[in-house]
Amino acid sequence: MNMHPKVNIAVSGPGSGAGIAALINGTTDICQASRTIKQTEIDQANDVGVNPYEIQVATDALSVVVHPSNPVTELTIAQLSAIYTGKITNWKEVGGDDAPIIAIARDTNSGTHVFFKEHVVQMQGLATEDKSLEYGSKILQLPSTEEGVSEVAKNPNAIFYPLGYVTDDVKPLAIKKTADDAGVLPSVATALDGTYPIARPLLYYTNEEPTGIIKAFIDYCLSTAGQAKVTEVGYVPLE
Amino acid sequence: MGEKFIESWIYLAGLLTIVVLLGIIILLIKEGLPIFFDTPPWEFFFGTKWYPVSEPPTFGIMPFFVATLWVTIVATAISVPIGIACAACLSEVAPEKVRETVKPVIELLAGFPSVVMGFIGLMLLSPLVQSVFHLPTGLSGLTAGIMLAFMSLPIIISVSEDALRAVPDEFRQASYALGATKWETIWHVCIPAALSGITAAVMLGVGRAIGETMTVLMVAGGALAVPVSPTEPMMPMTAAIASGIGNAVRGGLQYQALFAIGLILFILTLAVNLIADRVLERQKRKFQR
Repeated sequence: MNMHPKVNIAVSGPGSGAGIAALINGTTDICQASRTIKQTEIDQANDVGVNPYEIQVATDALSVVVHPSNPVTELTIAQLSAIYTGKITNWKEVGGDDAPIIAIARDTNSGTHVFFKEHVVQMQGLATEDKSLEYGSKILQLPSTEEGVSEVAKNPNAIFYPLGYVTDDVKPLAIKKTADDAGVLPSVATALDGTYPIARPLLYYTNEEPTGIIKAFIDYCLSTAGQAKVTEVGYVPLE
Repeated sequence: MGEKFIESWIYLAGLLTIVVLLGIIILLIKEGLPIFFDTPPWEFFFGTKWYPVSEPPTFGIMPFFVATLWVTIVATAISVPIGIACAACLSEVAPEKVRETVKPVIELLAGFPSVVMGFIGLMLLSPLVQSVFHLPTGLSGLTAGIMLAFMSLPIIISVSEDALRAVPDEFRQASYALGATKWETIWHVCIPAALSGITAAVMLGVGRAIGETMTVLMVAGGALAVPVSPTEPMMPMTAAIASGIGNAVRGGLQYQALFAIGLILFILTLAVNLIADRVLERQKRKFQR
């Protein structure tokens, strides 16, 4: 901002869908997204003459966290799917105590909501993939990641999927792609080598290929200095 | 000339308010009604599934409607008895000095930002509700209802206290003359005489509870099932709009559906406020002599 005093930057963070909606509505030049744009959104954009252009700048591992006192240490994607569709409602069904599961999700404003639905609830890319699965109706949908983490930190029965917010108050679970695979804990290393199963792209969208000041910004993000920043703030760089 | 000038300015300001209000109503109708071409009203009102970001999306607002109902019932059940008792105490029992200091403080509480109330609910009340009622989570309609009760208390106390004080002193004197105690006078004379004002106070409080957004968004839990008891996590109508509107593309189906919810909320609060207005009007006429 010091280098380009004439540029107005307003950062607003309700979630990926909000950013893409703002790009389509023409209220922003560039938006961040933690999921790829949907075909319906591309159609809506084309209808109003906007042509979304995608740039990946980093990768992010989505952790699944529970209360530190929870004896469960690992879950398969299928078990997570069953928890979030409401088929499994008690921790003893996945090797824990006899206690109800409080499954927490983000609300529909969030890119994480959609990413988790496709990759975990619907098990995209697995043999058991089922596109008709939806979040169960008893799932708590909270307006912010911080609120979800604070509820898990207080509630021994809660489970949530934050990113970049993992504190010592909550315990990340090892995730198994299928019951036969080994459990993998989320970290930069396991996200980079692709062994951690719930990783996702972090993207920028612009209208058409970026030019001028936006191109300068994107070039910086992809530069060595930019990618070093990605590592510094806890995300996974491209290479 | 000066007089005329000021008069026309005031006239214009009044007109502007009406124009803006009409504009809001027209916008709500224009953006909200088209959803019924996609989802028939029957399915929209009584559908129990809300999947706005799925393909194809489903819009059923029953869970939100029932959640709003539960939260409002809890808030009313708590705030009405406490509010009326407090108003009676201030108006009939407390010395003038106490009343003069306490009432402004209570009215100040009405100005508390709702996000602060939400934060208090999240950090203090929800763990308490969870342990007292042995719930799996403290984020529930009950917690939201209790917070809303606190938020509608000031208006209930303030308006019913005004109503009680409007009861002519002759009523009380006559009651004492018949040998009634203070309590009998309050219960059998003052409250019945001020009943229409108190009813209006309750309606205004209910209107506030129905329309409140930030607090319920933060503490009600946000589950999409139709809640069968107030102790479950739930998502009232206001929270549903707030948690979905950022993601909605202008003119899209979800956008229209959220505006339709807004329209229903508007009709609800308007009805409640109109009733309150009518009742207050009647109270005023009753003691006009």
